[in-house]
Amino acid sequence: MAAEGLLLGVFALLGLVFFRLQVLRSSTFELRSQENRLRAITVPAPRGTIYDRHGRIIAENVPGYSISLLPGSSDTLRATLDRLASYLHLSEAEREVLLAKHARFPNQPLVVRDDASFAEVSAIEERRPEFPRAVVEMRPRRHYPAARAIAHLVGYVGEISEVELQRPKYLGYDPGRIVGKDGIERQYEATLGGVPGVRFVEVNALGSIVGDFGPRPAIEVRPGTDLTIGLDLALQQYVDSIFPEGMRGGVVALDPSSGDVLVLYSHPTFDPNAFIGGIDVGLWRSLRDDPAHPLLNRVSTASYPPGSIFKLIVAAAGMADGKLSISSYMPTACGGGLAYGNRFFRCWKPGGHGLLSLADAIQESCNVYFYQAGMRVGLDDLLAAATRYGFHDPTGIDLPYETSGVFPSSREWFDERYGTRGWTQSVVLNLSIGQGENQQSLLRMAQFYSALATGGSPVVPHIVRSEGLAGRRATWELDLTEARRRQLVAALTAVVNEPGGTAYPYRSTRWRIAGKTGTAQNPQGLPHSWFVGFAPPEDPEIVIAAIVEFGHPDNQVSLAVPYGIGIVERYLDSLYPEVPFRREARVEEPPAAAAGIDEAEAVLDRGVSDGDTP
Amino acid sequence: MKVDWKSTLWPGGDPRVPGLALLLALLGIAMIYSAGHVEVPSVATGAWRKQLIWLGMALVAFVVVSRIPLRWLDWASVWMYAASIVLLVVVLLIGRGPNTRSWLYVGPIGMQPAEFAKLSTILLLSRTLSSYQESIGRLSQLIRPVLIVLLPFSLVALQPDLGSSMVFGAILIAGLFWAGIPLATLFMLVSPGISLLLGFSPLVWGVWFVALAVFLYLYRPYAAEGILVLLANVAGGALTLPLWRSLAPYQQNRLIVFLDPTVDPRGAGWHLIQSKVAIGSGGWYGQGFTQGPQKRLAFLPEQHTDFIFSVVGEELGFLGVTIFLLLLVWFLHRVLAVARAAEDPFPSLVVFCLFAVWLVHVIINVGMTVGLMPITGLPLPFLSYGGSFLLMLFVGLAIVSRASAEA
Repeated sequence: MAAEGLLLGVFALLGLVFFRLQVLRSSTFELRSQENRLRAITVPAPRGTIYDRHGRIIAENVPGYSISLLPGSSDTLRATLDRLASYLHLSEAEREVLLAKHARFPNQPLVVRDDASFAEVSAIEERRPEFPRAVVEMRPRRHYPAARAIAHLVGYVGEISEVELQRPKYLGYDPGRIVGKDGIERQYEATLGGVPGVRFVEVNALGSIVGDFGPRPAIEVRPGTDLTIGLDLALQQYVDSIFPEGMRGGVVALDPSSGDVLVLYSHPTFDPNAFIGGIDVGLWRSLRDDPAHPLLNRVSTASYPPGSIFKLIVAAAGMADGKLSISSYMPTACGGGLAYGNRFFRCWKPGGHGLLSLADAIQESCNVYFYQAGMRVGLDDLLAAATRYGFHDPTGIDLPYETSGVFPSSREWFDERYGTRGWTQSVVLNLSIGQGENQQSLLRMAQFYSALATGGSPVVPHIVRSEGLAGRRATWELDLTEARRRQLVAALTAVVNEPGGTAYPYRSTRWRIAGKTGTAQNPQGLPHSWFVGFAPPEDPEIVIAAIVEFGHPDNQVSLAVPYGIGIVERYLDSLYPEVPFRREARVEEPPAAAAGIDEAEAVLDRGVSDGDTP
Repeated sequence: MKVDWKSTLWPGGDPRVPGLALLLALLGIAMIYSAGHVEVPSVATGAWRKQLIWLGMALVAFVVVSRIPLRWLDWASVWMYAASIVLLVVVLLIGRGPNTRSWLYVGPIGMQPAEFAKLSTILLLSRTLSSYQESIGRLSQLIRPVLIVLLPFSLVALQPDLGSSMVFGAILIAGLFWAGIPLATLFMLVSPGISLLLGFSPLVWGVWFVALAVFLYLYRPYAAEGILVLLANVAGGALTLPLWRSLAPYQQNRLIVFLDPTVDPRGAGWHLIQSKVAIGSGGWYGQGFTQGPQKRLAFLPEQHTDFIFSVVGEELGFLGVTIFLLLLVWFLHRVLAVARAAEDPFPSLVVFCLFAVWLVHVIINVGMTVGLMPITGLPLPFLSYGGSFLLMLFVGLAIVSRASAEA
């Protein structure tokens, strides 16, 4: 009976083992079975559309295709990539990059092509059995209809980088997700991005998808939120179209009452659509290594010596302290320069301007006057005023990477840099004409002139129109009485509209515009050409700051000035299309800039200014 | 002339033996049908039709073979054995197959000579053992039986087919056991094999060797025998590592994975892990006939041959597994009863050896699906897809039925 016992014993043992596996541990294995065949596939959320102030499309989504590979062993993936290479034009280097990515995120589907062409998709679909692991998905693709004209403003999108994945801002983001890389796309990622959904699919042992996994419902996509920005796309495109041929530079235009950025343009520019779906390595290198730096946002990220447009800070500081009035004269008349210490500080006009009031000095942009005005204000008070007017801080615009410029904060700043004996009072002379240790962004200068245009606290420039941002004011204010501010505005109006004004040759025939030209010496080459202004002077609708790098080859040509004025004209034309010959219609009494010379001399003698006295 | 169909087709004897076999074979075809329901292209799709044809041929073979008196088989066993040895040599030279050279092809039809060799070895071993007049007590009497089995065993091991060579070992032990050899002698015979297994660790082997010496001292066999056993154990222990190195890498892997399936989860461990997942996820009642996801999505390998029982586990659950195991144990129990009932030693030995072979197939195949046994390519009787195996199964069955009828 030993044999029967053995037989029954063996089968009883087998039965017990199956009982343990199938009854006692059933749930464990049921889970394992699900893990085997269940794959989560991310369904990307469509990004929010971006509209300009008139509802024109800045950024939209068009249908596109992505090709990704389901996770598997690296050998399998390598073999698949090698076979895919000829259809998707993947170089050896690109394949290595993809494999390295897979090694770091082995459980995530590997996105091979973010933006596959129709030809690439059909090549894969025709050879479906050869590529069981390939997943072709329709996914929204970003498109910027205005392309080059809005590149620096809107930025672009791309696959999230590994560095970004580490940041708390991107908590919960999975590799392969498309995020904003620059501009509005980056700044408003949380709003525009939406939340991707998840589809659960069943795969077979080869890794190819068999169908949806019934028991687990998909997680719905939450599309991104649309945004409306204050930009005027038509104006922006005009700005792009008239940018001086072959030059570099930038423009920003603000609505001084709401803070809306009407124009934000940097040149040379690039096509942000080229970045969608992964930029071609060659193109990326050429953009990165281009000496003209097309990727640089020259409006908010770059800073330049401000040159003469900075003279208004000196004027405002002096008038606020009572050290200057609009009719103040300086002891030394301009004869083409000023001797100070053992140096001779030049004026831009070799023949000299003669004796000028502050109003005239602004109109004609006399350096010799402002050397003396700066000294009268004094280094400490000038530094204090610049600090007061926000020249050490970014404006707070809703764009990434805003610069805060360069300006000395105190005497200690010079001590640290040059040693206590390494510098002299003469620095104030350079600072007064916007040279020396002074680098400002267009945006910063536009905000200061917006303060001159409106008085009080200037608006904080902002791109997106939203409740929280509209009409937001800076924490500082222009500490001038309304009368004194109007005197400065009048002087700025004379710059453009009165004979002798530095912008007079480029004056508008239709609109009265207030503004200031600048010629910024710089070590790189010819002086930069600046124009900062606003219009109409009394009730400003637009503030503009424009720069053309190396745009001031001689005293006759200053490229930024006609450029800036042309943009202002265009904008006002679009606002008031019904007004013919508007210059005449809106011309008011001549400003009270030309005060009598006697009175001015009297003020000069007293050494104290009081511009409010008629 | 009136043909007596019943006596022509039916040899007589216990009707439950061929009845249960036929039932199991039909259920097996149902499982092969299910194994073909997969969502990737598979050779298993449509295999059930071929198996049905093979079953028809197997039934014909059953009818033909069951007409042959057992005396004839007794007489023919030497020639059959010689023929099977020739075939085993031929298959070593021109055989084909994945991993092993175990298949011979005649046109499109493939057969495994090892299956035929199992039957002929049983017949010759039974003939030899039944010829001994007195009971076997000495090791020297075992030389002939051991040689009879050792020859095909070695040829099969050279293919290399680990599973089938294990079956030859089982035939030898089963034959000697049924012939009445004392357990102590059987132990001495098997002991070098145990040394072979323990030889991986010199310390463990040393302990075993001392225990063996104590046993020999107490049991007191002939001095020559005792020395022979000890020498054989020394040789076994010393041969372990060279033999291990002579195994094909896939065989080494299978043995390692048997001990720890997680060492190579995507390679050799894959089979076992996926089989356990399939069986475990079956639960009480299974995922439903043809519905098992593990099988359907091709996670379960060899689902219509080696791992057919995993399909049973996944789709029919513990309930289905129990029914299949009960049918198998019932069938084997009836075969064992035939061996007991046989009056002559030859038929009794033949039937018992067949019983042992089928039992070993069931234990190793079903055991490997749950990790109790190392993974070998041994098919599950009646259920696994495989024509020549099914054919030899029913030839063996015919002998059992004949023995039952002659008793």
